[in-house]
Amino acid sequence: MYDTSDIRKGLKVLMDGNPYTVIEFQFVKPGKGAAFTRTKFKNLLTGAVVERNIRSGEKLEPANVETKDMQFLYKEGGDLVFMDQTNYEQVTISTELIGDAHDLMKDNLPCTVVFFNERPVDVTLPTFVFLEVTASEPGVRGDTSGNVQKPATVETGAEVMVPLFIRVGDMIKIDTRTHEYVERVNKT
Amino acid sequence: MRGRVLAVDRSATPAMAVVRGERADVRLPARDDWRPGDLVNDGGEVVRAGGGVDFPSPRTETARLPRARMANLQARAKALAALRAFFAECDFVEVETPLLVPSPGLEIHLDAVSAGGGYLITSPEYQMKRLLAAGFERIYQVCRCFRGNERGPHHAGEFTMVEWYRGFDELDAIIRDTEQLVAHVVHAISGTTRARVHGRAIDVTPPWPRMTVRDAMRTWANIEVRGDEPATVLRDAVRAAGIELDDTAAWDDAFFAGFLARVEPAIAALDRPLVLEDWPAPLAALARRRTDDPQTALRFEAYVGGLELANAFGELTDPVEQRARFEEDLRTRRERGRESYPIDEKLLAALAEGLPPCAGIALGFDRLVMLATGADRIDDVLAFTADEL
Repeated sequence: MYDTSDIRKGLKVLMDGNPYTVIEFQFVKPGKGAAFTRTKFKNLLTGAVVERNIRSGEKLEPANVETKDMQFLYKEGGDLVFMDQTNYEQVTISTELIGDAHDLMKDNLPCTVVFFNERPVDVTLPTFVFLEVTASEPGVRGDTSGNVQKPATVETGAEVMVPLFIRVGDMIKIDTRTHEYVERVNKT
Repeated sequence: MRGRVLAVDRSATPAMAVVRGERADVRLPARDDWRPGDLVNDGGEVVRAGGGVDFPSPRTETARLPRARMANLQARAKALAALRAFFAECDFVEVETPLLVPSPGLEIHLDAVSAGGGYLITSPEYQMKRLLAAGFERIYQVCRCFRGNERGPHHAGEFTMVEWYRGFDELDAIIRDTEQLVAHVVHAISGTTRARVHGRAIDVTPPWPRMTVRDAMRTWANIEVRGDEPATVLRDAVRAAGIELDDTAAWDDAFFAGFLARVEPAIAALDRPLVLEDWPAPLAALARRRTDDPQTALRFEAYVGGLELANAFGELTDPVEQRARFEEDLRTRRERGRESYPIDEKLLAALAEGLPPCAGIALGFDRLVMLATGADRIDDVLAFTADEL
């Protein structure tokens, strides 16, 4: 069991059967009352954030949560196959867990996978991925007013809105949290 | 302009340096022999070389404080001078009582720091009351207090308390002192009547709004508090308000769980200070109960921008009840596995000889400086924190 002196960012605890991670904490103490640790927890399954004041002396149950660096290998139907880079074990994860960003995943992409009771519950992609544009209509000259964008398809099959100057073969940087084009990058 | 050379830019023509003086950092043409870390005098001579070391990261230097913190320390000195002027004007006598004592405060939630076979004070209360019993009527003290296991953005284990008492007077007079003192000090530092807390302006012009604790709990937490209900009843009321609480929570723990979750954030959102008064009897501490309502103690807390600034009592003067409360506190301390301290028999003897009716208050001076300067963390108004020693 943990007590308030163990609370730190990233601590994984079990509350009402759900795994939570500590994202923020602060010592608070009313002048004539007990010391509390005002703690913000994020539910590792739903992402919901809750705040609780944990009294000194209260116990917190550790959650069986493990974070592993894994490499995305390939898609298999609606699932994605990942490999643990330390022991080469493979694990199959449903695309649902990854959400919208699954179509930005290229082979060998390094990800962080969170396991709760040995079951994968969350996958974090790198914030940015670099992908090649495989299809896009040429921009129409003259139509350059404001922030005009056009659709482009990248090598993983995802469609991303890009500026008019982007051409097939360009390498672009995409934010995996928003699916948004960030910038064109030079091919290395 | 004398001071310490923080940085030298030789790529500029002429070469420029940043020199940190007592009041400001100034950009000056650099002399050829200046290097970062050097102390230079008004004539530009190097009076103490910086050891020939370049300081790529001035922040890591033990001889340097962030500029903002130096400014806060200057404001702190001004605040102290303004505070002393205020009390002199109101005809208070400044006193100094010992910091090292055999019997520290017995309050259930305070840990005293032991030193030299005794303890460092958690507040100067007991000795100041003995001075009241000896015949002083208006006394104040500014001193360091020490509390173990308290560290946070608003807490330091060693901090400065302002404590004052009025003999033959009531709690209302202390409320007026507090409002005026805070307005006076904030004005001395900022030139305005606006305190700043976490970037928000709080108008501290007296008089301050008041609210009873029960009203605050009812309004903001939807929790009814009487004071004589068993802990289980209060726990259920707190849980019914949607606040998680375990079954080991005592009455006061349940109260503060509700208070911290709902009331404190609501107070923090106000744009005026708040005097929170009429505390339920279990939270009386050293306050006497109202004669017209024994479930309510003559106690108030002053909040500014959510910062708990001061706690005041219509002081308990009855030696019999005082002894009973001390013994009850000690019993609770033992039950909860906390260290026991000796009862201050000299205080009880002074009460037995006759403490005049009086009211008193303890105000966190560091927090007052925070509000006056807009500092968000207590660290920013301290010369050094314990972790910097």
